[in-house]
Amino acid sequence: MRNVLIVSLFLAIPATALANDIGQVKVAKGGVQIERSGALLPARVGMAIQATDVVHTSADGSAGITFTDNSLISVGPNSVFAINKYSFDTTTHAGEFEGQLRKGKLAAVSGKMVKQSPESMKIRTPSAIMGVRGTEFVVQVDDKPAR
Amino acid sequence: MRNLTAAFLATALLAGCAATPPPSLVAPELFAVIPNAAGKAGSITVQRGGQSHVIDTPYGAQRIDATGAVVAGKLEAAAVRDAFGSTLDALPGKPETFMLYFLEGRDELTVESRTELEKVFMELKRRPLPDIVVIGHTDTVGNLTFNDRLSLQRAERLREMLVGLGIAGDRIQAAGRGKRELLVPTEDNVAEARNRRVEINVR
Repeated sequence: MRNVLIVSLFLAIPATALANDIGQVKVAKGGVQIERSGALLPARVGMAIQATDVVHTSADGSAGITFTDNSLISVGPNSVFAINKYSFDTTTHAGEFEGQLRKGKLAAVSGKMVKQSPESMKIRTPSAIMGVRGTEFVVQVDDKPAR
Repeated sequence: MRNLTAAFLATALLAGCAATPPPSLVAPELFAVIPNAAGKAGSITVQRGGQSHVIDTPYGAQRIDATGAVVAGKLEAAAVRDAFGSTLDALPGKPETFMLYFLEGRDELTVESRTELEKVFMELKRRPLPDIVVIGHTDTVGNLTFNDRLSLQRAERLREMLVGLGIAGDRIQAAGRGKRELLVPTEDNVAEARNRRVEINVR
């Protein structure tokens, strides 16, 4: 693919935010990196995921992540997926999951927060907002066509 | 990357929603619902430009084309497999749940569940890097505060037992749901053995 990967370093990550672990990398094939606080870390199985992490995959890369509310996400090759917001209350099952697929492919299975409150999980794309009411779905964002 | 455009069977709904094309081209996007193992489909909504489009059928889809128009359609299972194969393969395994039961008002397992714990432990040990969440529940005897506390106590007690059997403590989280999630629905203040339980979720 021709696209230049632009790594945005302008995410609003307060330096003091000590985000709790919200999930874990369960599958990491090929090139997978996690962007956290401006640094790109190679993803490994077992690595903890935090709110505001951004997953980058290369042409041979794919990653699978489990979240604390039992949501499952996989990011396909040549993709950029940002976790903008994540919170989950294990007692009330209230929560908020806002992801952003900037490009590439995503497959997901929703978890407990969506069961408790439909559309508490949202996936943003460059042109739309997807609200999740339940179960499995796939999303793809192609390259922008040249004019 | 294989483009899905060719595989996308747009149901000709375009006529109804012909809008003035936006000034610049957008990246084409595709959203689709996948049926679960039992063949059932959930639902998602795709919101764009103040309009909401629902997808609630197996392999139902919405596509945003390069002009920004939203087009409904349906995908073939094979086309989804073709386009999302490596993505779907990377989805982590589905979580599993086990249930153990407690004596009334206490954080002590029933005799049967004490035996069952051994089996659960063997299952947990088979996973290379288990994420275990232990969730305590109560029946409806007592008020909310009491049951919130008792449910957490049960979960923490079970966590200790699993650690005692040799599972790393940092892989286990304990939480209590009190009487908020009854397995068997009852009136308030009803002793019900099946509600006095701990759910062990492993990812």
